[in-house]
Amino acid sequence: MNIVVCIKQTFDTEAKIALDSQGKIDSQGVNLIINPYDEFAIEEGIRLKEQLGGEVTVVSLGGERAQEAIRTALAMGADKGILVSDPSLEEVDEWVAAEVLAKAVEGISYDLLLAGRIAIDDGSAQVAVRLAEKLGVPSVSSVLKIEADGEKITAVREIDGGTETLEIPLPAMVTAQKGLNEPRYPSVAGIMKAKRKPLNVVSLADLGLNAGDLSPKMVVDSTALPEARKGGRKLEGEPDQVAKELVQLLRDEAKVI
Amino acid sequence: MDLSTEELNIILQTVRTFMKKEVEPLAEKMEEEDEIPRSLLDKAAEMGLFGISIPQEYGGLGTGMVGKASIFQELGKGPNCFISVIGCHNGIGSVGIVMEGNEEQKERYLPKMASGEWIGAFALTEASAGSDASAIKTTAVRKGDKYILNGTKQFITNGDIAHVFTVMAVTDKSKGAKGITSFIVERDFPGFSIGKKEVKMGLRGSHTTELIFDNCEVPVENVLGEEGRGYVNALKILANGRAGLAARCLGSCEKLLEISLTYATQRVQFGKPIFENQIIQHYLANMAIEIEALRSLIYDVARKVDNGEKVIKEAAIVKAFGSEVYGRVADLAVQIHGGMGYMRECEVERYYRDARITRIYEGTSEIQRNIIARQLKKEYGL
Ligand SMILES: Cc1cc2nc3c(=O)[nH]c(=O)nc-3n(C[C@H](O)[C@H](O)[C@H](O)COP(=O)(O)OP(=O)(O)OC[C@H]3O[C@@H](n4cnc5c(N)ncnc54)[C@H](O)[C@@H]3O)c2cc1C
Repeated sequence: MNIVVCIKQTFDTEAKIALDSQGKIDSQGVNLIINPYDEFAIEEGIRLKEQLGGEVTVVSLGGERAQEAIRTALAMGADKGILVSDPSLEEVDEWVAAEVLAKAVEGISYDLLLAGRIAIDDGSAQVAVRLAEKLGVPSVSSVLKIEADGEKITAVREIDGGTETLEIPLPAMVTAQKGLNEPRYPSVAGIMKAKRKPLNVVSLADLGLNAGDLSPKMVVDSTALPEARKGGRKLEGEPDQVAKELVQLLRDEAKVI
Repeated sequence: MDLSTEELNIILQTVRTFMKKEVEPLAEKMEEEDEIPRSLLDKAAEMGLFGISIPQEYGGLGTGMVGKASIFQELGKGPNCFISVIGCHNGIGSVGIVMEGNEEQKERYLPKMASGEWIGAFALTEASAGSDASAIKTTAVRKGDKYILNGTKQFITNGDIAHVFTVMAVTDKSKGAKGITSFIVERDFPGFSIGKKEVKMGLRGSHTTELIFDNCEVPVENVLGEEGRGYVNALKILANGRAGLAARCLGSCEKLLEISLTYATQRVQFGKPIFENQIIQHYLANMAIEIEALRSLIYDVARKVDNGEKVIKEAAIVKAFGSEVYGRVADLAVQIHGGMGYMRECEVERYYRDARITRIYEGTSEIQRNIIARQLKKEYGL
C-alpha cells in the first residue's frame, strides 16, 4: 500500500510568540517541530507500511527549513520526501496550500493519504479536507484507529460524545487525532539512513503552477497577541452574599453563564 | 565524518521532545527511589543516545565535540542523574576504547556500547588515590595469557549497571606513573565484583559504587593501548570529557534561569512581583551574563577540539568555569526562590545539590587550576 503523508512544520508548542516590527509573528530563534498531529499521521503511515508493504512519501509545503521536518519523518521510517518551496509561497492560505499540495501529490501513486487533524499554529483544520476534495477522494477526519487491507480501510473516528466506525474505499484521505498512536522517536540509525533517502525540493514552476494564479483567497489584516492574563479577584463576605455576587459577575462581566 | 547542521538539529529536537515526554515526568520518582527505571534507559538506547560519541562505523552517531556538547547541553536541562549515566557512558566510559582501542577491541565493544546493550564506566579512583591518580594501588600481574588484577576502586559512576570498565592498574610499581596500564574489564570476568553503593548528596538515580578485583582474570588482549601508558590514557580520557561536562552544566544553568525568571515574575511580596526589585533583576542578569560567557567558551573550545587543536589549558578552563558557573547560578536560583528554594518539592533544590559534584569529579577545580597554571608557565617559556 502506497501512502502519502502531508505534514507541516510549526512552532514548538513551548515557543514564546512575539510580533516583529511589521506586526507579523516573529519566527527568529524559534524551535520548529513537525505539527504534532502530523506526527501521528507519519507514525500511522509507517506502521501500515510495515504491516502491508509499500512506500511512504512525505509531502510538505514551506521554506528551506521545512526540509528538517521531512528529514525527521524519513528518519522515523518514511521512504521519500517532497518539499514544495518557492519564494512566492511566503503567504499562503488553506486554498493555496491545497492547490499546491494537490499538484505535488498527483504525481505519486497512492492508495491512502494521511495528514494531521489540525495544525497547531493556525488551527484551521482545512488543508487536508480541501486536498481530498481537490483530488476527488473521500476523507475522514479525527481518526483514532485505522485498519487497512489493499482495497479499503476501516476507520474509527471521534464524534461528539462517542466514536463512529466507517468503511471507506481507497484511495482516501484520513486525518489523525491524538490517540491514533504513539509516534516513535527518530533513532540515530534512522537519522543516518535518512541521509540517503530521496528528498526532492520542487518549485511551483516544477509543478507546472504559476504564482500569479495562486493569490490567496484570504488576507490577514492584522495579528494580535491575546490580552495578558489579569490577576484573579477574591470575593469576600457571607457565603450567600458572595454566591449571589459570583453568579452576577459570571453572567454580566465574564458572560459565561 | 561529523553531522550536518540539519542532522544535528533533528537530533536536538528529538532529544528535547524525549526529555520533555519521557525524562522530566520521572524526575521526582527517580529522586525519591534513587533509581532510573530500566525502561527509560532502554528507550534512550533505542533512540541511540548511548552511541553519541561512538564512531558511525561501529553503529554510533560519531559526532564531533560541537555536536556532543550541544546534545549534552540539551540533556543537561533535565534531571542530572540521566545525563550522568549517559554522559559517563559516552564520555569517560567509552572514549578510552574509541581513542586507544585496537581494531579487535573496537569491534568487540563499540557496537554493543553504541546500542546501549553494554554500558561503560571508568575506574581510576581508589581510597588513597583521588586527585593524585598516580598513587593507585590496584595491581595487575601478568600470568601466561592473562593479567591478574587485585585491588578496590571507589566512587565509580555506573558501577552497578556497566558491563565494560576502563580500569587503571599498576603493572610495574618501580616505574611510578609510567608503570600504570589500562585494561578493558567486563563485569563477568572471574574475580570481579561490585562493592558498596554510595549514598550521595545528589545525583540520585545515578549510582556510584566500589569495584572489587579479587584475582580478577583479564585476558592480555584486553590491555588498552600500550603497557605503561595507563596514566597518560587516563589523563587523555578525562581531558576529552571536559567540554562535554561544561555543556551539561550550561544546560542546567539555562533551565535554572528559566525557572527563576518565571518564579520572580510570579511571586508577589510587598504587593508586587519580586522581579520588580532591582537586586532580583541583577541576580537574573548575572545568571545570564555567566551563561552567555560559558556558552561562547564551550563552543569555542569544542570547535578547537574538532579542528584537532591541542586544548589542554582550554579544556581545564572550560571544566572549571562551567562547573563553577553552575554552582553560582544554582545558588542564585535558590536565593530567588527564598524558602521554597530549600524545599524538596522545588526542583531548584535538586539542581543545587546536583551542581555541587561538578566541581569535584573528573578533576577538581583545584586540579584544573594546577593544569592551567602549568600550561601558562610552559606557554611563557618560564
Ligand atoms: C559522585 C561521584 C562520581 C565519581 N565518579 C568517578 C568515576 O566514574 N570514576 C573515577 O575514577 N572516579 C570517580 N569519582 C572520583 C572523583 O574523580 C574524585 O573524587 C576526585 O577526583 C577528587 O578526588 P578525592 O575525592 O580523592 O579528593 P582529594 O584528591 O583527596 O582532594 C581533596 C581536596 O584537596 C584538593 N587537592 C588535592 N590535591 C591537590 C593539589 N595538588 N593542589 C591543590 N589542591 C589539591 C582537591 O582539589 C580537593 O579540594 C567520582 C566521585 C564522585 C563523588
